[in-house]
Amino acid sequence: MKIVVLMKQVPNKDAVLRVRGDGKWVEEGDLSFEVNESDGYALEEALRLKEKKGGEVVVVTLGPQRAKSVIKDALARGADRAIHVVADDFGQAGAFAVAKVLAEAVRDEQPDLVLAGLQSDDQGFGQTGVIAAELLGLPHATIVIDVDYSGEQLRVKRELESGWYQWYTMRTPALLTIQSGISQIRYATLKGIMAAKKKEIREVQPAIAAGDGEFQTVERVYLPLKQKQTQFLGDGDAKKGAAQLAEKLRNEARII
Amino acid sequence: MSNGILVFIEHRQGAINKVSFEAVAAAQQLGAGTGQEVTAVVLGADAALANEVTGFKLAGVVSAENPKLADYTPDAYADAFEQVVRARDPQYVIFPHTYLVRDFAPKLAARFGKGLVSDCIRMKAEGGSVVFTRRLFQGKMDADVVAKGDGAVFATFQSGAYRGDQAERGEGGTAESLQVEVGDVRMQPEAPFQEVKQAVDLSKTDVIVAVGRGIKSQENIALAQKLAELLGGDIAASRPICDAGWLPIDRQIGSSGQTVAPKLYIALGISGAIQHLVGMKNAGTIVAVNKDPEAPIFDIADYGIVGDLFEVVPTLTEEIQKLKG
Ligand SMILES: Cc1cc2nc3c(=O)[nH]c(=O)nc-3n(C[C@H](O)[C@H](O)[C@H](O)COP(=O)(O)OP(=O)(O)OC[C@H]3O[C@@H](n4cnc5c(N)ncnc54)[C@H](O)[C@@H]3O)c2cc1C
Ligand SMILES: Nc1ncnc2c1ncn2[C@@H]1O[C@H](COP(=O)(O)O)[C@@H](O)[C@H]1O
Repeated sequence: MKIVVLMKQVPNKDAVLRVRGDGKWVEEGDLSFEVNESDGYALEEALRLKEKKGGEVVVVTLGPQRAKSVIKDALARGADRAIHVVADDFGQAGAFAVAKVLAEAVRDEQPDLVLAGLQSDDQGFGQTGVIAAELLGLPHATIVIDVDYSGEQLRVKRELESGWYQWYTMRTPALLTIQSGISQIRYATLKGIMAAKKKEIREVQPAIAAGDGEFQTVERVYLPLKQKQTQFLGDGDAKKGAAQLAEKLRNEARII
Repeated sequence: MSNGILVFIEHRQGAINKVSFEAVAAAQQLGAGTGQEVTAVVLGADAALANEVTGFKLAGVVSAENPKLADYTPDAYADAFEQVVRARDPQYVIFPHTYLVRDFAPKLAARFGKGLVSDCIRMKAEGGSVVFTRRLFQGKMDADVVAKGDGAVFATFQSGAYRGDQAERGEGGTAESLQVEVGDVRMQPEAPFQEVKQAVDLSKTDVIVAVGRGIKSQENIALAQKLAELLGGDIAASRPICDAGWLPIDRQIGSSGQTVAPKLYIALGISGAIQHLVGMKNAGTIVAVNKDPEAPIFDIADYGIVGDLFEVVPTLTEEIQKLKG
């Protein structure tokens, strides 16, 4: 079985973001990057399926050279090879353009399964996997929290809102978008890291140019306007803040 | 040229999902700002349900019908809605940003060579120009987005962005049923279910101390646990904490966990992503402790402490102990 995993590199979750000079994006120079959270879970699920059913796990990433660190980490954790669609200018592209590029990079692989994360932590479109499925002619399921592929048939458990779930039986090949927490993620071992050095990373060009057929443009990026008057306590002194808070909870909120 | 606005009405198990009315309110505002008519779209609903929608101020209600729409699947919904869009040639198609919409609307938009302007929190429609605002970086930045090019613009609105009770009532206009064709449906749904009864019901507690990724390790949760006990409350968490198995999933607050409204909610090291906020924003008093002054959680907090939770929590626990005598 061949499983393709779509993995994106995103700014570190704890990153302090500054708006870029032109006001249209954030300053990337001072950021560090990591793998998108749900994509890490998608890779883990792919590795587990491979362990049960045999086959190959191929990682596909669209991004600049720095995105290689996501690929190398995935290879160290057990992916077999990778396709890196190298481009510097897709960081702000819309979901359709990104999905189009990824779909074209995946098409010739003819995978049995494509796994994506359910949402990117930076752009947060929540769409790329579904659009790629449509472009590849594959059935899809989103927000998948369990995969049962023990027999011939693929059954997936989808998360619905507020604690509800639903199982779907899917025809294959199929594309699934994976929810965080589907299983516990393994760490790369030293052996894995050594083995990764010999694995293939194929660099390809994006099938379309950034901006081609783009239908939405970001005019301006800014810090969200605050809606609520928050009382900030302690003025940067954590201990003082804690003492003031205890007072407030008794005298204003009347909770103690 | 494309004209008019379609708004999607979601229903499940015979009832309309209330966030659909928020989408109606958004669509009406868009209609007012662009001088276009709003038509509601329901897929696979019975007549009674479609009738419920005619109570709003709309140009009409289109009810797409096909036996394959009885149980939701993305294949059937995309096929059906595609025919409605082709028949109407609208300029805008508006959805509530629900899990169901996330599942089929990108597929629908892709058939028109587009993606969605997804999860919008605001919109400004004046003199024919429309600016959508969506959140980036898990709520840390806002972006104003403008759609260009021909054909329909597909946009989804975050729950709470508009108020459902502000959807204007009135004559729903003409009700039209449209027989649609649905092709091959490649997935077979089973009945929706809830996991076996949850062990803890956090909707009944007065005080919740919730920990997020800022707590760093499972051992550190004891610190928050102690504070919770002192306040006679319960411990809860954001999703990553439950994903890591540090706390059981029935302690997760948010769109895919529990929804709570305690008297006091203390968020420790939680950034405040929308999927967490929807589960706790109705709490009486909200306290946030976070080392990042720009963390979105502060936007809904009554009291905020910018600082290291490992300094704040022990002192807070001590001070409360003193006050309690
Ligand atoms: C479909 C879907 C459903 C989801 N459902 C849910 C859900 O039900 N519930 C939920 O919570 N999430 C849910 N999520 C995930 C959500 O989007 C966020 O990823 C998640 O809420 C982030 O959790 P967090 O705030 O703990 O972590 P982070 O976003 O990583 O935030 C950690 C915070 O801790 C702060 N911090 C770090 N160290 C310290 C310190 N020493 N002292 C003080 N502060 C510190 C940081 O500044 C940061 O703000 C869902 C996502 C999707 C896409
Ligand atoms: N540049 C990219 N490279 C690889 N995968 C991506 C990229 N962008 C998005 N994806 C995949 O699509 C998912 C959803 O992203 P989004 O639609 O941006 O929320 C991610 O979790 C990834 O699996």
